[in-house]
Amino acid sequence: MEPQVRADLYDMMVLIRTFEEAILREYHADKKPVFDIGAGAIPGEMHLSAGQEPVAAGVCAHLTGDDAVTATHRPHHFAIAHGVDLRRMTAEIFGRVDGLGKGRGGHMHLFDPNVHFSCSGIIAEGYPPAVGQALAFQRKSTDRIAVAVTGEGAANQGGFHEALNLASLWKLPVVFVIEDNDWGISVPRSASTCVTSNAVRAAGYDMPGERVEDNSVEAVHEAAGKAIARARAGEGPSLLEVHTLRLWGHFEGDAQAYRTDLEGVPGRDPIPTFEASLRADGLLDDDGMRAARERAQQRVEDAIAFAKNSPQPEPASALEYVFA
Amino acid sequence: MTVTEAPSRRKLSTAKAMVEGIAQEMERDPSVFLLGEDVGSYGGIFSSTTGLLDRFGPQRVMDTPISETGFIGAAIGAAVEGMRPIAELMFADFFGVCMDQIYNHMAKIHFESGGNVKVPMVITTAVGGGYSDGAQHSQCLWGTFAHLPGMKVVVPSTPADAKGLMISAIRDDNPVVYMFHKGVMGLPWMAKNPRSVAPVPEEEYEVPIGKASVVRQGRDVSIVTLSLSVHHALDVADELAGDGIECEVVDLRSLVPMDTDTILESVARTGRLVVVDEDYLSFGLSGEVVARVAERDPSVLKAPPARVAVPDVPIPYARSLEYAVLPTHARIRAAVEEMVGA
Ligand SMILES: Cc1ncc(C[n+]2csc(CCOP(=O)(O)OP(=O)(O)O)c2C)c(N)n1
Repeated sequence: MEPQVRADLYDMMVLIRTFEEAILREYHADKKPVFDIGAGAIPGEMHLSAGQEPVAAGVCAHLTGDDAVTATHRPHHFAIAHGVDLRRMTAEIFGRVDGLGKGRGGHMHLFDPNVHFSCSGIIAEGYPPAVGQALAFQRKSTDRIAVAVTGEGAANQGGFHEALNLASLWKLPVVFVIEDNDWGISVPRSASTCVTSNAVRAAGYDMPGERVEDNSVEAVHEAAGKAIARARAGEGPSLLEVHTLRLWGHFEGDAQAYRTDLEGVPGRDPIPTFEASLRADGLLDDDGMRAARERAQQRVEDAIAFAKNSPQPEPASALEYVFA
Repeated sequence: MTVTEAPSRRKLSTAKAMVEGIAQEMERDPSVFLLGEDVGSYGGIFSSTTGLLDRFGPQRVMDTPISETGFIGAAIGAAVEGMRPIAELMFADFFGVCMDQIYNHMAKIHFESGGNVKVPMVITTAVGGGYSDGAQHSQCLWGTFAHLPGMKVVVPSTPADAKGLMISAIRDDNPVVYMFHKGVMGLPWMAKNPRSVAPVPEEEYEVPIGKASVVRQGRDVSIVTLSLSVHHALDVADELAGDGIECEVVDLRSLVPMDTDTILESVARTGRLVVVDEDYLSFGLSGEVVARVAERDPSVLKAPPARVAVPDVPIPYARSLEYAVLPTHARIRAAVEEMVGA
């Protein structure tokens, strides 16, 4: 793989992690001493994607802002990797007027039409609309594609299966991405899904299915490249599952008492692993790491400052935007 | 029984009271079982099933995949065969992915079979906002469920009712949708209403489905409401009592069937009606209550009724916006004051 591609993937993963660490800090800062989910500058549920950066970075490296991404309740990594405006995304997470949804949506409901990004808090809800976006792209005779993301838990939802069937039936340019982090909140894949790999389900819909086992950004990049090229060439949809890792709780405040795999988790953090591989190949050293982190830190702190400086929405405007 | 015991002063949170009701019924009746997402080792995202897995094991407390159509449909099938399943839909907001099983199937089987088939199941589901969980995780939607015939709909506001209504719901031979507001559960990680922890009797008991409760008496205005809004209404009533305004507060507890008599009797006493509803304003509970009063006897009203509800807008995320649309204490107070001309 080109050194520059590897460097870019690294930068993206670092940016995502830096962003989420900042959100983590801001989220918890004002929820002390007693955790109150509704309190503070970032209220409500917060699902962070630490550990899953390789999926977003590896897939989105092949996309342009003309391609569509529908993400989930855990959307930040895909939003950032797909080029959603970082400042306005952060402002939305803080519920401010300069946010993507002017404070209406919140962290699970980020919409950036400039890069055709959307997400939803309802499980598998992004799968069927991705099919529709792909249909629109096909009708317009473009080589644009749609990427639909879910977790492995969502692969048991009806909408998931209906979307796969339609996309295959209509030979649409969609890539279905499953982030298998082993857990659907507290329910392990082994207790929710009758197959050990969702990639085999692709066969039932007559499309290629591939599972990337080791949460490696390079392997994701390669597998996604094939699926995306196929979609762009008009050859139809594919299913790509990545066995990834939920480094933190399902949401912030989750004590994870149910979790049986926690001991090994920190050692599986994909960022140090990728760093080691880049170092071994002479592509990264301490200075390089520091520089990447500083670049990310600057962008993130700028976005956080932008969000904090944006006003709270006026209560009197609460009824706006119900209709166009 | 001749032993007279002092009434129990043991206090429980609403969540614990609800779980106690389920546990007692599971002990009593082996056909009762529970299924849903994260109801097992997690104990329910809003602590609605805490401890049940340890007590009853995975055969009777089943974690399901995220496939609501599948597992709610499965509960229907089990109920038809004589079991008494309790299926948890984690948030009422998620009804969209499984409503066909609920309203076209669960709720219609008894009717379509000419009364030959019973569906004795309970759907439990969390409702309500107030903590910035956004438009897909903050709705009440009880009006939607109540609008569709064939299922009972109950909504407790207190720990004691949560237990008694749960036991009634499990014993009922009809499908019962049991909606609990996150804000009344008494959860440690959510701003708590002090009334969400209160005395609950230890023995099994039923709170009849379809019977409203007059939780505070007053002569000037009837506040008819349910769920978390009962607590807001009681707070307002306490405050206004100092100004010489006496509010009567009616906790509906059940939408289907709805206790029209208790509403009517209350409004007949006070002559004034304020309906408070955390569901959307139009085509819902608040209009239904007003219509029932108007149909039965509009002459009891000394003033046009008022409704305090969510003004037909999805629940916004930002706190400033969310609290502008929820039926807050301030909005209820303003409605009462305007009505009594204070
Ligand atoms: C239709 C629906 N059912 C249930 C939920 C509650 N819920 C939110 S996230 C989640 C687990 C999702 O697991 P998975 O798809 O594996 O994604 P992950 O959280 O692991 O990223 C559940 C059950 C929901 N949001 N929508």
